[in-house]
Amino acid sequence: MLHTINKSPFQTNALESCLRFARSGHSVLLFEDGIYAALKNTRFESLVKSSLTDVKIYVLVADLEARGMRTDNIIDGIKTAEYGDFVDLVANNKSVQAWL
Amino acid sequence: MEDEEVIKKFLYLNRKAPYGSIYALESLEVVLIGAAFDQNVSLAFIDDGVYQLKKDQSTDGIGMKNFSSTYRALGDYDVNKIYVDKDSMDERGLTIDDLMNLTYEDEDDDYAEKPSISILTSEKISALMEEQDVILSF
Repeated sequence: MLHTINKSPFQTNALESCLRFARSGHSVLLFEDGIYAALKNTRFESLVKSSLTDVKIYVLVADLEARGMRTDNIIDGIKTAEYGDFVDLVANNKSVQAWL
Repeated sequence: MEDEEVIKKFLYLNRKAPYGSIYALESLEVVLIGAAFDQNVSLAFIDDGVYQLKKDQSTDGIGMKNFSSTYRALGDYDVNKIYVDKDSMDERGLTIDDLMNLTYEDEDDDYAEKPSISILTSEKISALMEEQDVILSF
């Protein structure tokens, strides 16, 4: 199952709820303002890090770069994704839960 | 007429990240329009609003207009009081080095180039809000 998050973790509780309900083996894609959750040294870093043992987390590079962030500033273990990878994730998962 | 001119204190309060919603761009547009009216203008960036000032924004990949360079023009419109909340920076792991270097030329000091951005405590931002005539929130 794929979960998508497009809101900043500072703005809504989408990230926290998603990680609370995501089960082992699920994938989480961070895009648009959701990318802020992928960055090092934020208030949410420890939450994201602890989730990485169970779920795969991806971040959309185009949204990262638009906001002035670089891939070398994301938490270790988070994978980068291009738009094509976004499509593959959607196609390869049985269902998609969008945490709006 | 000139001696009846009223100068009010305007604060633009920015709390949203850029690109994910239209707030950041709309705020900037209103600031630039408002700059024509010779008022006492300040900008405050708190919460996710601090992300608007992040340097090195590059929107080629998302097909949206990169409006971050427009912040650099604010100094030329005499908008040079830009305040950033330190707590909001800290919880996002940001420092002043992560922000764009916004400056203005001080006409009272032989046009010396000076920084427009000040990082303030929440206490100072509160005081800033209290002294305004008008606060416009985005």
